[in-house]
Amino acid sequence: MTNILIAGVGGQGTVLASKLIAAAAMSKDFEVRTTETIGMAQRGGCVVSHIRMGSKINSPLISRKNAHAIIGFEPAEAVRILPYLSDDGLMIVCDTAMKPVTSSLKGDTYKGSDMIDYLKKNVKKLVIIDGEKLLKECGNAKTLNVALLGTAVESGVFPFNADEMKNVLRDTLPQRFLEINLNSFEIGRRMYNETRNAG
Amino acid sequence: MAKKLLMGNEAIALGAMRAGVSVVTGYPGTPSTEILETVAKHNDGKFYVEWSVNEKIALEVAAGAAYAGARSMVTMKQVGLNVASDPLMSLNYIGIKGGMVIVVADDPGPISSQTEQDTRHFGKYAKIAVFDPSTPEEAYTMVADAFDHSEKYGRPVILRPTTRVCHSCASVEILENIPKKVPEGFEKNSRWVIFPKLSYENKIKIEDNLRKMSDDFSGYERNFITGNGRKGIATGGVSYSYVSEALNNPSVGFDSVSENESVSTLSSGCKLMKISTSPFPQKLALEFLQGLDEVLVVEELDPVIENELIYLCGLHNLKVKIYGKLTGHIKNAGENTVDSVIAAVRSFLGENMNANFENQANLITKAEEDASASTNTNASTDSLTEPPELPIRPPVLCAGCPHRASFFAVKEATKGLNAVYSGDIGCYTLGNAMPLNMVDTCLCMGAGITVAQGLHRVEQNRINFAFIGDSTFFHTGIPGIINAVYNQTDIIVVILDNSTTAMTGHQPHPGLGKTMMGNISDVISIYDVVSSLKVTKIVRANPFDTEAAKNAVNAVINEKGVRVILYEAPCIFVTKSKEPYVVDTEKCTGCKICINKLGCPAIEMDGKKARINPTLCTGCGICADVCKFGAIGGKRND
Repeated sequence: MTNILIAGVGGQGTVLASKLIAAAAMSKDFEVRTTETIGMAQRGGCVVSHIRMGSKINSPLISRKNAHAIIGFEPAEAVRILPYLSDDGLMIVCDTAMKPVTSSLKGDTYKGSDMIDYLKKNVKKLVIIDGEKLLKECGNAKTLNVALLGTAVESGVFPFNADEMKNVLRDTLPQRFLEINLNSFEIGRRMYNETRNAG
Repeated sequence: MAKKLLMGNEAIALGAMRAGVSVVTGYPGTPSTEILETVAKHNDGKFYVEWSVNEKIALEVAAGAAYAGARSMVTMKQVGLNVASDPLMSLNYIGIKGGMVIVVADDPGPISSQTEQDTRHFGKYAKIAVFDPSTPEEAYTMVADAFDHSEKYGRPVILRPTTRVCHSCASVEILENIPKKVPEGFEKNSRWVIFPKLSYENKIKIEDNLRKMSDDFSGYERNFITGNGRKGIATGGVSYSYVSEALNNPSVGFDSVSENESVSTLSSGCKLMKISTSPFPQKLALEFLQGLDEVLVVEELDPVIENELIYLCGLHNLKVKIYGKLTGHIKNAGENTVDSVIAAVRSFLGENMNANFENQANLITKAEEDASASTNTNASTDSLTEPPELPIRPPVLCAGCPHRASFFAVKEATKGLNAVYSGDIGCYTLGNAMPLNMVDTCLCMGAGITVAQGLHRVEQNRINFAFIGDSTFFHTGIPGIINAVYNQTDIIVVILDNSTTAMTGHQPHPGLGKTMMGNISDVISIYDVVSSLKVTKIVRANPFDTEAAKNAVNAVINEKGVRVILYEAPCIFVTKSKEPYVVDTEKCTGCKICINKLGCPAIEMDGKKARINPTLCTGCGICADVCKFGAIGGKRND
């Protein structure tokens, strides 16, 4: 059984990322369950995708301390979901903070760096992805989800490899967005390795 | 056959198509909406699909189709069944010929609803069978069982999934289609005309049927018992999957458990009963209760299974302790989670269960409250240190939403007046948030217009506004306006026509001239409908034209009777955005008026100046009207 959580903010493409992971696992004949916990907000709200792959899966929800890996699309959302990471689980986090849409009204105290510092203190296996650099290389914010998928595939947490994931991208994504997504996927893979080597 | 990753709602739709459904009707409502959309998407011309104007109408159209012998399905959310309850209650007395499945999606939490009502009660009240699936794959085959059951007894059947079944995805094995029967057609017969004498006779049959159904269900494969021991767990719906998970969880005490073992082998030391139907399978439950000392009932919403077990224990004088919601061991509001269920099962099966049970219940509640507050999911037992303060992400109207412009215009035009603003169900309920603060009441579909009338009867010195969206106007808004005109009430109805049913994901409605069969139908103009109702005055305006929008209020505010303002501008999801607006940092004084008046998520402070986020801004332009220093510019969206 492999339990994966993706945590982010509505609009970041977490749900599509979870569907792609599920499809790749299905292509390898694994049983799959996925579900999302979504706050009231449609856009800009917290979104957590639960993805379970294996056989005889009961609950669609992953219980606390049972995620093998968490892909945090946003630092605060990574912190919020941290109690679900297993003690030796892997956290991949993109360090770009998404301010809440109400921050301008209520005054803004949220800093992404505070969250990253907290993760550094509390997570054994932590890979921090430089979001600004990733965006610059990908050139399109809409492919960041696929890029982060690339980082996660490269970490080896999934029961499928990069080629199998790419086959799913080819089967699933519209032709006109395929090239840019495949490119972002490779950038994600490379950045994972660069970050690991640097760290 | 092949396996497919299906969302529960897709599984229900494909399951119904496989089972030979012919007519599918419904009204959108989270978490049920995707069922009907999936049928429409896969429609090869063999199915009739419609979004009806409301749930009552949807149920009646489906009933008519079933009178004629076709298999029909109607979809709605739990509060939709309140609207459809009139035909539901009578239909069971009349019965049907073709199988009829009423899919009612419940929303524990509630995540996106006014109430946390349990449709299993509605089934009992209406004396209609209810099927309660635990997973998407179970829902897929259960739909066919529900149709068969419906035809066997000649009565409608409810299929009651919950959010976590509707919206979770699973690999589902796609099965061969069940051969579709040709509908026999409607036969004229006095059985279709409801009269007191007929109802008396049919009531006797219904009660008799309920007993037979209970016996049927004791042998239904989706109701079953596994394991043995002196302790038992009874469960149903998605909670069954959590209980199964708990019994597989090493922390509960079942050590060295391999993933591949089935629940039945694991639950040694604990008997498990899964309930998937109502009427309650009493014979099966008696077998379950045999030899047990204690039972934990794990279910969501109301203690339905729990009450049935208590009743059976009383009836048969069984000395079995039943724990659940009524004893405070399972929380009685909000969703169950795998963690809350693991905690409850662990203490139930633990050594010192009785001594600590109350405390444990409190602990579960505490942990759940922490989780739902979304600020700190950190359980007290975790080793993590206290995290920094996490940002709260509340729902807000989108940047460029026409509702913001409408609320802003009315707010500005009624500044200083003694007005009360009644709202309704839709995205525009979010007009309640600061800084707009323009929703003083919200009750249920269509109630804004009518509550405003009641308020005005008591306080005639106040001005009563009622806001209603276009889809809600067609759903239940029109009778309220007729009532106000007929009874000569002084209210101002503000119709927010954004050309879609936005909140549930942009379904068409009668004002748009599109149907779910892909046909173009005549547009029913809201303006023409309202004009025909003899209201005092009706004014239409583009809410993004701030002056015109304010003038619309000024034009009606001093009149008497029912006045209607029709604000027309499409939802940002059904129209193209214009060029984003920009802030001239030379002119911007950093006064924050744009932020404090509009609360648009696209406007933020960048140091001491306002900044418009170009990826969020749709170019609606109302911020330019708000800025006193002419610092915001761009192309207007009018």
